[in-house]
Amino acid sequence: MEVDDHVVIIGASHAAVQLMISLRQQGWLGAITTISDEPHMPYQRPPLSKSYLDGSVEADRLVLRAAETYDKLKVDFKLGCKVTSIDARNKQLNLDTGEKIGFTKLALCTGARVRQLDLPGSELEGVHYLRTMDDVKAIRQSAKKASRAVIIGGGYIGLETAASLTKLGIKVTVLETETRLLKRVASEQVSGFYKRLHEEEGVEIRLGSKVVALQGNSQVRSVVCDDDSHSGADMVIIGVGVIPNTELASEAGLVVENGIVVDQFAQTSHPDIVAAGDCTFHPNALLKKSLRLESVPNASEQAKAAAASLCGIKKAYSELPWFWSDQFDVKLQIAGISQGYTKAVVRGDASAGRSFSVFYIKDQYVIAADCINRPKDFMVAKKLILQQSKIDVAALVDESSEIKKLLINGEQ
Amino acid sequence: MPAITYIEFDGTEYHVDVAVGNSVMEGALNNMIDGIVAECGGCCVCCTCHCMIDPEWSEVVGEANDEENELLEMLDVREPTSRLSCQVQVTDEMDGMVVRLPESQY
Ligand SMILES: Cc1cc2nc3c(=O)[nH]c(=O)nc-3n(C[C@H](O)[C@H](O)[C@H](O)COP(=O)(O)OP(=O)(O)OC[C@H]3O[C@@H](n4cnc5c(N)ncnc54)[C@H](O)[C@@H]3O)c2cc1C
Ligand code: FES
Repeated sequence: MEVDDHVVIIGASHAAVQLMISLRQQGWLGAITTISDEPHMPYQRPPLSKSYLDGSVEADRLVLRAAETYDKLKVDFKLGCKVTSIDARNKQLNLDTGEKIGFTKLALCTGARVRQLDLPGSELEGVHYLRTMDDVKAIRQSAKKASRAVIIGGGYIGLETAASLTKLGIKVTVLETETRLLKRVASEQVSGFYKRLHEEEGVEIRLGSKVVALQGNSQVRSVVCDDDSHSGADMVIIGVGVIPNTELASEAGLVVENGIVVDQFAQTSHPDIVAAGDCTFHPNALLKKSLRLESVPNASEQAKAAAASLCGIKKAYSELPWFWSDQFDVKLQIAGISQGYTKAVVRGDASAGRSFSVFYIKDQYVIAADCINRPKDFMVAKKLILQQSKIDVAALVDESSEIKKLLINGEQ
Repeated sequence: MPAITYIEFDGTEYHVDVAVGNSVMEGALNNMIDGIVAECGGCCVCCTCHCMIDPEWSEVVGEANDEENELLEMLDVREPTSRLSCQVQVTDEMDGMVVRLPESQY
C-alpha cells in the first residue's frame, strides 16, 4: 500500500461510511474520496419511513457520523454528482459534471433505487416514492395539506409509512396486489397480525387490489384499481420494492446477477474493485447460498470485509441476516431468512394482543424467527439458529417454560 | 462539552468530548472507538452497543428502560451497571464519566 494510492467509493450511505472507517482502522494511508449523487452528508435511512416521517426526529439527528469524524478520517466528499461510467482498464471514473477521477482501488456502494411503476398519472403532484431524505422532505410537505393518503404496496416500508402518516392524523389506505400483506417475506400469522394491527389503528387495508391509474388535475385526487374502484387521495406513496444499482458494474464488465457478484471477501470479479451493501449478490456460508440483502447490518458488516480486502487482508463476511421494523407501538425483529421453511410455530398469541413470536423450522432446525415486541425471543432466536441443534418444538411454544432453556448453554 | 472516558476491554482508553443530547453510543461512533458496534444505529433493537457504566456514575445515568432490560437480560455477561449506550443521553452532569466496553463487541 502506498501513500499516493487512492480509494474511491461510489455512494455515501451505510456501506460507504463503514468502509471508509474500516479502511483507516486497517491502516489505509492513501487518499479516500467518496462520491454521491445525493446532496447530503451520510444519513441513516431506516428512520426515513419511521421517526423522521412522523416528525418525532429531525434531519440533524439522522447524520451517520458528526462532520468532525470525516475530517479526522481525511475523506473527501463529492456530493451531488453522479458517476456515469467506470473505465476499469484506465482506472478512471467519469462524472456527470464532465470531471474524470482516477483511482487505484474502487469500492461500489451504490445501493438500490426504488422500482418505478409505469402508471398513468404518476407525474401528478402528491405522488411520491420513498428512498431518500429528499423524498421524505417532499412527503412531509404533502402531508401538511393532506387528509387522505393511499399507499401502493403492503411491504415493510409501505406499512411503516402507513403507520407514520396515521400518527400525523391522515386517513390511510394501503393497496396490495397479493392476497396478504408481506407475502414475499413473512408467514401467514405475521401477515394476519399486521393486517389486524393496522385496522385496529384505523388504516384501511385492501388486498388483491391492483392499481391501474392515478387521477387528478395536476394534483392527485384518486387511485383507480382494476376492479374499477376509486380510492380518494391527496397524496400517494408507491412502495413496491427496489432494484440494485448494478449498471455501472455491468457496463464495466463486472459479473452481475441479482446484484454485483462478490465473494465472501466482498471482492468483485475485478481485482481492484470491491462492493458492499444493497447492491451486492454475495455468498453466505451460514445459509449455504448466495443472496442479496437490503439491511443496514448487512451493509456495515460487508463493508468491513470490503475494506479489509482493499488493504490486502482476508476477512470473510458471513453473518446471520437480521432486520427490524417499527409500526405504531410494535417493534418487529427478524432473525435469519425464513425462505424454505417447512413449519411455522407460534410462541404466544398471534390472534390477540401485540406480543408473540413465529419460529420458522426446517427439518427440525430453527432457521428464522419474527419476534413481535419480544426482544428476548429475538436474542434467543439468533443463538438458536446459529447453534444448529434439533429443536424441541413443544418446549419452544410453551410459554410457561423459559425460552433461554432451549439454548445449549441456557442454564448458565 | 462533557468529557467521557471509554475504556476498551484490553485497557485502551479514549478521552473524548461528546455533545450534550448525543448518546453515549454516538460519542463512541463519532470518535471511531471500536468497542461499540451499534448495528441498528440506536433503535434499541440490536444489543451491540452494550457498555458498563463506572459504578460511581450509575446514579447520574439512571436505570435501563424496560425494552433495554429485555435485551440486556440475554447478554452472556451483564453487570449491575450495564446499559445500552444508545439509550443513554449525554448531559452536562456526565462530565468526567467513565464507561467500559465489553470484549464481545470486537
Ligand atoms: C424507508 C426505508 C426504511 C428502511 N428501514 C430499514 C430498517 O428498519 N432496518 C434495516 O436494516 N434496513 C432498513 N432499510 C434498508 C437500508 O436503508 C439499506 O439496506 C441501506 O441503506 C443500504 O445501504 P447501502 O450503503 O448499501 O446503499 P444505499 O443506502 O442505497 O446508498 C447508496 C447510495 O449510492 C448513491 N449512488 C448510487 N449510484 C451512484 C452513482 N452512479 N453515482 C453517485 N452516487 C450513486 C445512491 O444515491 C445512494 O445515496 C430501509 C430502507 C428504506 C428506504
Ligand atoms: S445501537 Fe442497537 S441497541 Fe443500541
